[in-house]
Amino acid sequence: MSKLRYAFADAAVIAQRNVIKIKRVPEILMFVLISPIMFVLLFAYVFGSAIDIPGGSYREFLIGGIFAQTVVFGATFTGAGLAEDMQKGIINRFRSLPMSPSAVVMGRTASDVVYNAATLVIMALTGLLVGWRIRTDVGDALLAFGLLLLFAYAFSWIMALVGLIVPSVEVVNNASFIVIFPLTFVANTFVPTELLPGPLKLFAEWNPISALTQAVRELFGNIPPGTPSPEGWPLQNPVLYSLIWVVVIIAIFAPLSIARYQKVTAKS
Amino acid sequence: MAPTIEAHGLVKRYKEVVALDGLDLAVEQGTILAVLGPNGAGKTTAVSILTTLLKADEGTATVAGFDVRDHPDEVKKNIGLSGQFAAVDEQLTGFENLRMVGRLYRMGKPAAVRRSRELLEQFDLTEAADRPVKGYSGGMRRRLDLAGALIAEPPILFLDEPTTGLDPRSRADLWIAIKDLVAKGTTLLLTTQYMEEAEHLADDIMVIDHGKEIAHGNADELKTMIGGERVVVTVSHADDVVRATDLLAQFAVGEQYIEDHTREITVPISGGAPVLTAALRALDVAGVEISDVGLRRPTLDDVFLTLTGHRTEETNSESAEVRT
Repeated sequence: MSKLRYAFADAAVIAQRNVIKIKRVPEILMFVLISPIMFVLLFAYVFGSAIDIPGGSYREFLIGGIFAQTVVFGATFTGAGLAEDMQKGIINRFRSLPMSPSAVVMGRTASDVVYNAATLVIMALTGLLVGWRIRTDVGDALLAFGLLLLFAYAFSWIMALVGLIVPSVEVVNNASFIVIFPLTFVANTFVPTELLPGPLKLFAEWNPISALTQAVRELFGNIPPGTPSPEGWPLQNPVLYSLIWVVVIIAIFAPLSIARYQKVTAKS
Repeated sequence: MAPTIEAHGLVKRYKEVVALDGLDLAVEQGTILAVLGPNGAGKTTAVSILTTLLKADEGTATVAGFDVRDHPDEVKKNIGLSGQFAAVDEQLTGFENLRMVGRLYRMGKPAAVRRSRELLEQFDLTEAADRPVKGYSGGMRRRLDLAGALIAEPPILFLDEPTTGLDPRSRADLWIAIKDLVAKGTTLLLTTQYMEEAEHLADDIMVIDHGKEIAHGNADELKTMIGGERVVVTVSHADDVVRATDLLAQFAVGEQYIEDHTREITVPISGGAPVLTAALRALDVAGVEISDVGLRRPTLDDVFLTLTGHRTEETNSESAEVRT
């Protein structure tokens, strides 16, 4: 029992250290925040005029997708942060301390929630500026943000493992794009899945990013009335389906990442 | 009572290279053992095994009564480690670094803060305490790293080449800090390439080379082990070096050591001043012109040279050769 308590206490110390580092290098936070603004503006104004959503506004449709995409992209940060830690001298200090072996990884995924929360705030504000609105109540809206953060947290664990496997920060970024681009584009993020050809449509329907996007759109009330309900169980139960993914991802990748950290730090 | 740090038959291989080749060591509570050896002798490997960072291929070790292989966490709670390369976070301030390390030793928040300030003061870092470590000099980083190793006041301390690469002033400061610690009862295992450092700090010195102990004792014992004094002669002309060496061979009780670029010949003798006089006479009769001469007590450097055939600092060995 005390082992678990120490694991959380140690992770909190590492998370605090990571947050201090965000403050020390505010440029990183700035770039993290600029890209979602850019995405919102680009898609809203470039594609927004070309794509029609029957009975609604593309911009409103779009924001849910951007939210989902951005939190997934944000997870790259976790991988990059860990890859960097592994190369720095401080890891030798961590290795010599009687700290919990999960602390560095748990602390990193925890502190990246700060990044994701900041990103969501900025995106929501930008969205409001270009005409996006929350058409439900505060409860649903908070649920939507909560679900996004939870999903981001889970995805961080995937990237944590990537960051501990690949040798450098640059490789983390390149490796993650290979996964993240298809995941976030072969989905309902930018276009309704009905428009996609057969196999892609099937993939998009079962893609957790689609479910997350659908859940967020529903919770914000951004789906125009009269839109036919989507095909497939995942998109008909998007909140539940997203939560299942969150649980499954954490259950698989948290132990893998922690084991990987121990393996990497055990050799010298 | 069993030694605080104890190791038997440690072996570690990296593919073809044997880093440790059956090393035994013991450090009694409250004493200092200096492990002395050149680069690649296996010092860091030994420290890594004793601090649980590395698993030995063979052999056993206990620290504070705990087996390093079976109880690494118990070992880690009892030790502080300061390595060759300062293990500090560049973006955090000195204070934040120490507080973090203190918290990870499971100290309470107020205790970690208080102790951090105390150590910053002790290591003359108070002024820089709230600046990011990025701007620190090498010596400051090293002091901060040592402070990190000390924050939880561990009873056992491992210092792996604590002063390598430091300027003389920083080195002297660090020596004072280390002596203070041991005066308070800390058990210390220190590795170093510097004879002077081992002699200055340690009660007990173990010379290792190629992963094996080659000599062991206090500074005086090591010196006795390799005989008496040294006659050091500098000949004026490079052409005379070989001839002078041959002439001096009759007085030598061990290997002579020749430093070609300085034309300096070191001859181990026994018998003191009369032997020096005789040696000088022999050179004079043969017409070898000398520019400097001296008689000195053997240093630990001589110990190393006699035992291993090469000096402790790699850079010197290139220009040196040993003659019998």
